[in-house]
Amino acid sequence: MPHTLVEKILLAHTDAAEVAPGQIIMVRCDVVMANDVSGPVAFRAMERMGARKVFDPQKVVMVADHFTPAKDAGSAALLRSLEDWCVAQGVTFYGQGRGGIEHTLLCEEGWVVPGTVIAGGDSHTCTYGALGAFGTGLGSTDIAFCLAFGEFWQAVPGTIQVAFEGAKPPFVTGKDLILAVIAHIGVAGGTNHVLEFVGGGAESLSIDERLAVANMAVEAGAETGLFPADATTAAYLRDRTTRPWAAERSDPDAQFAQRIRIVLDALSPLVAAPHSPGNVIPVDEARGVRIDQVYIGNCANGTLTDLRQAAEVLRGRRVHPRVRAIIVPATRSIYRQALREGLIDVFLEAGAIVSPPTCGACFGGHMGVLAAGERAVATTNRNFRGRMGSPDSEVYLANAWVAASAAVAGEIVHPAEFLSSEVRA
Amino acid sequence: MILEGAALVIARDHVDTDVLYPGPYLNIVDPQQMKRYLFEGLDPSLRDRLREDTILVVGENFGTGSSREHVPLAMKAWGIRCLVGKSFARIFYRNCINLGLLAIPCREAAEAARDGSHLRIDTDAGVVEVDGRAFQMPVLPSFLLDIIAAGGLEAWARRRLTAG
Repeated sequence: MPHTLVEKILLAHTDAAEVAPGQIIMVRCDVVMANDVSGPVAFRAMERMGARKVFDPQKVVMVADHFTPAKDAGSAALLRSLEDWCVAQGVTFYGQGRGGIEHTLLCEEGWVVPGTVIAGGDSHTCTYGALGAFGTGLGSTDIAFCLAFGEFWQAVPGTIQVAFEGAKPPFVTGKDLILAVIAHIGVAGGTNHVLEFVGGGAESLSIDERLAVANMAVEAGAETGLFPADATTAAYLRDRTTRPWAAERSDPDAQFAQRIRIVLDALSPLVAAPHSPGNVIPVDEARGVRIDQVYIGNCANGTLTDLRQAAEVLRGRRVHPRVRAIIVPATRSIYRQALREGLIDVFLEAGAIVSPPTCGACFGGHMGVLAAGERAVATTNRNFRGRMGSPDSEVYLANAWVAASAAVAGEIVHPAEFLSSEVRA
Repeated sequence: MILEGAALVIARDHVDTDVLYPGPYLNIVDPQQMKRYLFEGLDPSLRDRLREDTILVVGENFGTGSSREHVPLAMKAWGIRCLVGKSFARIFYRNCINLGLLAIPCREAAEAARDGSHLRIDTDAGVVEVDGRAFQMPVLPSFLLDIIAAGGLEAWARRRLTAG
């Protein structure tokens, strides 16, 4: 029987002999991940389940990233309890100064390989689809069950196959590709499905750009966003992991719920206007929107690729006097590499600040939240009302070229226009 | 199982978990403390309209976004009996089921209900009644009914552990 990629992955992780969309199965996890928000709630639930030890300490990893560095005494206690639990359970813990933002970090550290199942206590666990893994976001009770038993219940998802065709124009990035997909199928269009990205345009994307695409699969309602593993994946993993893996693809005659085509040559940089990731317009239609803050970072777009793009714009230029620019390298190793390449100096020279790796202001937690009436351009993944601060603030989602250009211009501009001619004051 | 109560309608579609329970309060682990921030970014006055028999009636793709279980934990702590909606986002739906909080996708019933409408849900018959008008609800997979019947995934897991 022909199968889609996700069906093949799930079949290899369940006792069920066959799988079909909608069927509920128990799925075994290769990795269970949680953070300082989802972890402590899960630990309590696990205790109430009557489980004292995790199913396999080698397969559990915890990351302190949401409220780190501790924003207040309550957050400090939360981070303390996370670390204490990890020590008691003998599981891997990435604390402050040792890791970074969970999804970028776990890929970087070799936890994620194609064909595996990763249960994460964070909705953006779908990011791992970039490496061909079924990474999927779960709540704390699900995570508690995974910690205790190493498995979770799952309705077998259908597959929406997205073919990226052609070549990207300048200043169009992975961020724009996924915004185009969300605009096409809607913010609930992927519910009970996975997205699968194929075609020459998908194969040509670097891993950093695939991370940006897969990261926002959940913004279309999907369970994950899969890139079938290829030579690019293999090259990325070579020095990062010793975990065994094999490349799989959907069978050509597998059943797809839907197949859509996105022609990359026709795209321009896009933005998602307030207050929905589905509110997608070409950057030119947002031209002239005045902004107060730029935020370049988060689990979607805090990669070295993003920092290099931002630095190219900011090199020799100044952040607009009215604007605060915050740059958040997603992990410690990205931070160090940016330092070696001189990017951090470019940012500081331009008048931006560089924050330690943290989820921080992306979810309105700390480290740069917005006041009422303020507007930000962010390379993050959500622009819901109040997401980054006051309910009366606004967030435009965009790629790093657009965000950095806005930082200099003080308003939203097309980066090509900006880079070719010095911006007017 | 039979559930009865009075509707409190949140008519908007795509209500996200950020407005239902904003990020700054995610460092709380006690559901009794989570209660005070439920609906904080949407309409805090909704909290004053919660009764001990409230059934939340919601729109399309309710609970979209973050996986934060703080939302259904706070709903449970307030004693919300169950939810009836046009449709639910996947992680929010899972979280409700796992907490033993029934979330029923039934578009017609959600459209028919008004604030204060009397709702009666019969999961065995698969019927949602709104002020006496009956609507068919989708059949819940038996596995999910088992979890609900046990009172949630925690209790279901305890049984599994004691069964060895």
